[in-house]
Amino acid sequence: MSVPLSLLALLSQGPAYGARIKAEFEAHTGRAFPLNVGQVYTTLARLERDGLVVPDGGPDDEGRIPYRLTDAGAQQVSTWWESPVDRSEPARDELVMKLALAVATPRVDARAVIQRQRAAAMSHLQGLTRAKLALAAPGQPHLSQPPQPPKPASIPTPTSLSDEVVLEHRLYAVEAELRWLDHVEGLLAHRPGPAPAAPASAGPAPAVAPPPGPASPAPASPHFARPAPSDTTH
Amino acid sequence: MTEPILQLVDCTRVHGHGETVVRALDGVSVQVMPGELVAVMGPSGSGKSTLLNLAGALDLPTSGHVVIENQSTSTLRPDELAALRRRRVGVVFQDLNLIPSLTAAENIGLPLELDGRRVSEARRAAVGALHELGLDELADRYPDQMSGGQQQRVAIARALVGERRLVLADEPTGALDSVTGDGVLAVLRARCDAGAAGLLVTHEARHAGWADRVIYLRDGKVVDEAVAR
Repeated sequence: MSVPLSLLALLSQGPAYGARIKAEFEAHTGRAFPLNVGQVYTTLARLERDGLVVPDGGPDDEGRIPYRLTDAGAQQVSTWWESPVDRSEPARDELVMKLALAVATPRVDARAVIQRQRAAAMSHLQGLTRAKLALAAPGQPHLSQPPQPPKPASIPTPTSLSDEVVLEHRLYAVEAELRWLDHVEGLLAHRPGPAPAAPASAGPAPAVAPPPGPASPAPASPHFARPAPSDTTH
Repeated sequence: MTEPILQLVDCTRVHGHGETVVRALDGVSVQVMPGELVAVMGPSGSGKSTLLNLAGALDLPTSGHVVIENQSTSTLRPDELAALRRRRVGVVFQDLNLIPSLTAAENIGLPLELDGRRVSEARRAAVGALHELGLDELADRYPDQMSGGQQQRVAIARALVGERRLVLADEPTGALDSVTGDGVLAVLRARCDAGAAGLLVTHEARHAGWADRVIYLRDGKVVDEAVAR
């Protein structure tokens, strides 16, 4: 889980109390992952139990207890920076399931499913691009600004580079999804089987559904061939 | 009532005849209003280039018509078409937009000079166009003294110099890295926000994301359209 590690990473900049850590975390992750302060204190308590943080002196005038990293905590942070994040476990993704089922379900027009999804994804991409534009509005520091080291003792300021990192991740994710949708559409075009444009009328004949698995005999053209190979380029 | 700057009305473009006939574009209607950036996406051979050629008055539709600032391209004589292209339409390609032996300012002023304007006047317009994009320092540089991103931004400035309000961009970020490419698209977006009309042909969803509307072409037909939420 990334939140405890993120908190440790923030504490590696110096001691801080929970509310401050929460504010820093949100400021440095483009406010994309809101935390509640209770969650932060619960996490700190767990980290303390595991010997990764300790209270740094007593409570201040307002009763807030700052925490700092132990050596073990600092080691954990270093290890985090130095090792890749494991992305090999795919998330359960409704769209993946839906489309996988759509291509295997007779009487479902998978192409129409793709087309609707693509239009929605494109609108989303446009919205994100607008958000990015707003982020880079004149006067705002933009990309050229060097990353500022977080200073737990100061008022957290929005770091636009972090905002941009988070936003760009979403943009690239939508872009990847669009490309995947295009690719699946291409795969469908190359599969033998009923024309995808004739749904409802097909009747209950699951036997004629296009084989969804990769084991079916190779279509006339390879995966990356363009639709209608006989077509003249223009 | 605002008029569209570019209008394609039920445009069909057929190449060849008989057995070899190809409908490169098949009944496509698109309009681009001032202030609007419209992206056209689609696989190779879907008709994107044909659409761009019609929109730029480089080619005429077999049927239907293309209207650029109230002038239908099909009704114009060749010399009038040439003048329309020179005065009304700017084009930005993937690369090789600028003439290497001319400075940025000269490149931008060129369409005006070709149109018979005085050199000093063209220069003034070019410097003004660069200034609007915050590129003043590029005025006297030659293309090989500019980065790829700077060249493309200069190309956009040229596309919209003088009275031109229609910019047609064909994969304008070409081989640029993604951050530089974003800078180029931001300029295109800004010129449209300032009142120009833009038609952007791209196969990258990421680039189409800058547009107000995205049109999908397949086999010469519009199959889909996405509007910014």
